[in-house]
Amino acid sequence: MAKSPLSTGKFLLIFISWWAIWAFLQTSLLISFGLRPTTALTDSVVSNALVALSCGFLSNNMQYYLPKKERYWYILFISLALTGIILLACKALLVPLLSTVADGAAYVQFFSRSWPVRFDIVFLQVGCMAILSVLWYSQEEEQENRTRRNDAERLAKEAELFKLRQQLAPHFLFNSLNSISALIGSQPEQARKMIQQLSDFLRGNLKKEDQQWVPLSEELQYLELYLDIEKVRFGHRLTTEIICDEQCLGLRMPPMLLQPIVENAIKFGLYDTTEAVTIALRARLEGKYVIIEVENPFDPETSRPKKGTGFGLTSIQRRLYLLFARPDLLETRVDNNLFTTIVRIPQQV
Amino acid sequence: MSTNTTTPIKAIIIDDEPLARMIVKEYLATHKEITVLQECSDGFEGIKAIQQFHPDLIFLDSQMPKINGFEMLELVEQPPAVIFTTAFDEYAIKAFESHAVDYLLKPFSKERFDKAIRKWLDQHALRQNAGGQQAGAGEGSPTPAPGGEHDNDTTGALLETASLSPSQQQRIVVKTGGKIKIIPLEDIHYLEAADDYVKIHTHSGAFLKNRTMSFFERALDPTQFVRTHRSYILNVQQVTRIDPYEKDSHLCILQSGAQVPVSKAGYVKLKAVLGL
Repeated sequence: MAKSPLSTGKFLLIFISWWAIWAFLQTSLLISFGLRPTTALTDSVVSNALVALSCGFLSNNMQYYLPKKERYWYILFISLALTGIILLACKALLVPLLSTVADGAAYVQFFSRSWPVRFDIVFLQVGCMAILSVLWYSQEEEQENRTRRNDAERLAKEAELFKLRQQLAPHFLFNSLNSISALIGSQPEQARKMIQQLSDFLRGNLKKEDQQWVPLSEELQYLELYLDIEKVRFGHRLTTEIICDEQCLGLRMPPMLLQPIVENAIKFGLYDTTEAVTIALRARLEGKYVIIEVENPFDPETSRPKKGTGFGLTSIQRRLYLLFARPDLLETRVDNNLFTTIVRIPQQV
Repeated sequence: MSTNTTTPIKAIIIDDEPLARMIVKEYLATHKEITVLQECSDGFEGIKAIQQFHPDLIFLDSQMPKINGFEMLELVEQPPAVIFTTAFDEYAIKAFESHAVDYLLKPFSKERFDKAIRKWLDQHALRQNAGGQQAGAGEGSPTPAPGGEHDNDTTGALLETASLSPSQQQRIVVKTGGKIKIIPLEDIHYLEAADDYVKIHTHSGAFLKNRTMSFFERALDPTQFVRTHRSYILNVQQVTRIDPYEKDSHLCILQSGAQVPVSKAGYVKLKAVLGL
């Protein structure tokens, strides 16, 4: 719940000074009307203290009940009622108190003549306080809602990113395990190596966070791990070619972005032809972007890569969008029988 | 000659991953009665080997390059008994379960493998006996035993279910003069009933496929392909014009210039799909 502005020391001080000024002004005014300084001071202090207390009460009250748009008549009503009560209290306190002093009779007469003016001023003061309180609390509420909404959005985004990162193809996992199972009999050393690679790969998959960017060199190492496993599975059919500019190696990027793109290229390339397949990856720096191109062959006779992004690239597209709020960082290109996936990663300079 | 002499059982392994073929071969080492005649790394080699050796049993991976295991089976006349091997393929597994074909989920154990072999051997022995009694000396001849028809039925039903999987809804695989042609669905102009076959008209000619019209009506995306007539299904992307023809019937003109009859009921369906 929004806290009352009077609960902070700074605002309370302003509030008190405000009423002190009012009391001073009223005292001067009353003196100019011919009242004795003590009488004028008593009148001002008592009446302003009452108004200040009422305003404090009103502001505090609105902390629990804030009139919504269509109920602003409530402000008018409560201001009028409070003004009435304040004036009655003033009369009840001041008249008995000041009727006994030297100019008592004149004061009592002055008080009853000043009723309407006092009412107007007090009503204005209370009304202003009421409106200020409404504005204050509305803004606080709005602020709170915004924070809550932002939190909810951030959580949803993180959850979705996590899910997208975790989308490990079960097909890959089970086939790798099957290859290991086959190797155990004839080449136990090779089997052990593959288990090691698979474990490293899975561990890398678990610990990465989207916010913790990694250098391209680390991404390439991780990719190498994945490719080694795939090469055991597909044997001589799969060759890869990685060309990366020296200057790019240290540049940072969100983790686990390359592997799914290459996995898609392998799946697309290897399942679309029966011949040996070369998957090429090229990375270079262009302005403020790291450009990564992954190329795989395909058979234009039998498969039609959809315009824009097709195949398994939707989750990459979604991840890039969630990370950078841009839909244009993933592109695909088709030349003859080569399908190229192009990712541009903005560099935070 | 004694009927007890066991003729060796001929088997073929079809899988694109060398290690996956290796483990099947290794597990088969204890089954002396089964001989592996060939290993194939894709569906094309598989079809060739099946035609050449007429195996009794094949071990078939469901996910393979170019044409998958199901598409390969579709192209084989009188497919042999199949034990499927697959790593992860929801649709395939659904198809296996509903048609009682044995399948092995990779990685599989020796015990599980042996169980599949035993089950098949029992069925095989039963069929051989039944075949032996009915056909007398028909044993060993390449003509299929009555049990073979049973295999065909199960496989046929299996293929119908498997072809509903998304990967297979993108294309149709046909055989044309000994060659295998993969037709992407966008290339299809229309389908026409032709006796026991369906004639698939595309921009590169017409191809016959051993399926029924109602099969295609079920398997193809109804927002793309509409059965406009008892004997015709057309690709709505290809429609350029619909002309009234005789009473209650229309004629659809395609981009290729072909004219496809539209019945009264077909016209209603076509209008709904085209949003008219």
